[in-house]
Amino acid sequence: MPKNRRSLTGVLATLLLTLPLAACGGGDAGGEPSFAAESGALQVYSSQHQNVTEAWAEGFTEKTGIRTQVREGQDSSMGHMIVQEGQASPAEVFLTENSPAMTVVQRAGLLAPVDQATVDQVRDGMTPSSGDWTAIAARSTVLVYNTDMITEDQLPASIMDLADPQWAGKWGGAAGGADFQAIIAGMLADQGKEATQAWLDAFARDANVYQNNIATMRAVNAGEVPVGIIYHYYWYRDQAGDKQSSQNTALHYFGGGDPGAFVSLSAGGVLASSDMPDQAQQFLAYVTGPEGQQILVDSGAMEYAVGKDAPSDPALPTLDSLEAPQVDPFSLNSDEVIAMMTDAGIL
Amino acid sequence: MPASFSSRVVGLAALLVAALSILPLFIIVPGAFSAGFEEAMAYLFRPRIGRLLSHTGQLMLVTVPATIVIGTLAAWLVERTNLPGAGIWRTLLLAPLAVPAFVSAYAWISLAPGLTGFGGAALVTTLAYYPFVYLPVAALLRTLDPGDEEAARSLGLSPAAAVVRTVLPRLRPAISGGALLVALHLLAEYGVLEMMQFQTFTTAIMQQYAVGFSDTAGSLLASVLLLLCLLALVLEMLARGRRRVARIGSGAQARPIRARLGHWTVPSMLFLAVVVALSLAVPIATVGGWLLRGEGLADSPDLLRVTASTIGLALLGALAATVAAFPAAWLLDRHPRGLTVLLERVTYLGSALPGVAVGLAFVTLAVRWAQPLYQTVGLLVIAYAVLFMPRAMVSLRAGLAAAPPELTEASRSLGQGGVATLTRVLLPLISPSVLTGLVLVALAVGTELTATLLLAPTGTDTLALAFWRHASELDYGAAAPYAAMMIALSVPLTLLLRRQILEER
Repeated sequence: MPKNRRSLTGVLATLLLTLPLAACGGGDAGGEPSFAAESGALQVYSSQHQNVTEAWAEGFTEKTGIRTQVREGQDSSMGHMIVQEGQASPAEVFLTENSPAMTVVQRAGLLAPVDQATVDQVRDGMTPSSGDWTAIAARSTVLVYNTDMITEDQLPASIMDLADPQWAGKWGGAAGGADFQAIIAGMLADQGKEATQAWLDAFARDANVYQNNIATMRAVNAGEVPVGIIYHYYWYRDQAGDKQSSQNTALHYFGGGDPGAFVSLSAGGVLASSDMPDQAQQFLAYVTGPEGQQILVDSGAMEYAVGKDAPSDPALPTLDSLEAPQVDPFSLNSDEVIAMMTDAGIL
Repeated sequence: MPASFSSRVVGLAALLVAALSILPLFIIVPGAFSAGFEEAMAYLFRPRIGRLLSHTGQLMLVTVPATIVIGTLAAWLVERTNLPGAGIWRTLLLAPLAVPAFVSAYAWISLAPGLTGFGGAALVTTLAYYPFVYLPVAALLRTLDPGDEEAARSLGLSPAAAVVRTVLPRLRPAISGGALLVALHLLAEYGVLEMMQFQTFTTAIMQQYAVGFSDTAGSLLASVLLLLCLLALVLEMLARGRRRVARIGSGAQARPIRARLGHWTVPSMLFLAVVVALSLAVPIATVGGWLLRGEGLADSPDLLRVTASTIGLALLGALAATVAAFPAAWLLDRHPRGLTVLLERVTYLGSALPGVAVGLAFVTLAVRWAQPLYQTVGLLVIAYAVLFMPRAMVSLRAGLAAAPPELTEASRSLGQGGVATLTRVLLPLISPSVLTGLVLVALAVGTELTATLLLAPTGTDTLALAFWRHASELDYGAAAPYAAMMIALSVPLTLLLRRQILEER
């Protein structure tokens, strides 16, 4: 028995010793482990891609000396989380992938108006008239198709055509994700409730559901389904890399104001409850300014820059050439979309 | 036995722990019915819910029996036969515990992208979870006094019949305890099933969390999951039986009989080799492959920092869960009455809930009533204790069951106080089980995803979160260093579990 007791104390001692040891080792490359939020740092809640957010946060700290700390999350859940936290939310700034998550916070009345100077440096029509938030990046809906399975002239003219029974079992999408839901919110605003519900019913019946956009693109690439609904930048990122997930595919832009040409805005806003409102406004100004937008492009995220005169990656077709549908991005209703997806049996 | 002062103190502690572990239910269940009973029924009685139920059921029906068969057979081959290289097999069969299930799932998916759906889900969960059965059964097989088996054989039973009549019945608590862990893990499994695109209640809850944070639908799904957990707990109680496995004295135990495998030697080794290859070689080779292909360490400058916070959280979580499990485990062993059984059983409820449901409940609790605790390590550690207490509980109960109550009674009768008896008699007796519990909880905390995501202080990152972030973008190269580190950290813990099998007598 003493042997056993020794082994127990031995383990505890080892674990206790490795902790500071590992912490010291970490000091060389990336700092101490953190077991508490850094006090006095600007708290950024972000559902944007991590590498972009962190590049922004680092660039901002370098320029202004204001320390930042980023909390990662997903669009809709993080929006609702801020609402639940209410006035006590630790968040100062919220960055999203898609605008409906910001609309959730906006409707709860938790946002402070964005500085006019910040609004002025963003392309026209990309901030709501209330001035409660601003676009920080943009992404376009596309149809990715497998070039071995289908030719361009066989592709549907409109995203709405996919609901036709002839497409049964031939399309897929990441229905559980915020990206897909933003596209449906755009469809709802453009086509109305009845047409959108019918389309969702067809999706539930006929389409394959994937974990996310990348999994959808891979499934198309592997020939599981001929076509899939995704955002453009996943494809361009893979093409810029090893093309492992997209070598057998091409992109189809619906254009012509079709709901399938929907352009989704990534949003940035400042929380009214922020303890550091000035610094939070500075952060948003930095992100949408020339430096921040250049960081977005340099990060290889392949999302569209939204600053006035800020060029996007040259590999992308220009924002104006996408012929996106005329929907008001500030009234997109994700809660209604989720109710409709529940009715269709997708959620 | 009249309740002494110390057992009243322990009783109070057990009561507090039980209350804490069902705290999330007081958020989830009222939340489920906040929109009214009829709304709730309309949501639940839909084809999609039927589909989720059938998926969850199918997985249980295949994975639980498969892990029982593999775990028990492997343990018997290693501990009770003349299998060549038993010492090596003992290590290899436990080693899959060092590979997080979702890492294993990623390995399989990247090898065979078509392996999605039920087949892949059942395969990966079986391979990842059979050690939960193997570990307690192997430990018990070494402890069991062979006296009964020898008596049965001397009375004319064949070796096989003697095993079935005398050994198997006494393995019931170990097998049913292990199977319960497997079942509870299946109910709460997210990572593997998400990757295998096999929708169950837990993946649906995650989806609901993604769209609505903590909304009614998510709470409803979690409530159904709770009912399923209750069912598993009742079934396990029926299967466990009440049989004394403790023996007094450690000097007189005979060496267990080792069955001669004869011409079964090669098939037996082949069977174990396949289990080890599928559960260990596939994920490790795949992670190794990613490491070589990816930019590796250069790509993850934060690796050491993330590792340190993972170790810290795993340690705190393991201590919290084990300390919390002790009162109920002790009470149940010494006074197995209705109330104490209830106190132990309720601590399992929290663990059948996926991390996201418990995490959300604690977010709500903290935001409403305990703002200073919100996004602190303290609250996260409490959530870990609620989620993983059964791992400590099962181990502690096995240890206490094998610790003869006569010894603590003797200590008390010799005038030692409760505390002295605890530290000088009971803890030394059960220290291997305490260790097992600590290790099992630490392994779980080290791979926990969603409760950590929700409750951790901003800026606290873990290996599992970093792995998942890269893996869900299908960036295997960037994910590989974190996977490799999770495996590397788990290896010493797993080796400790092996020693525990060897030393338990």
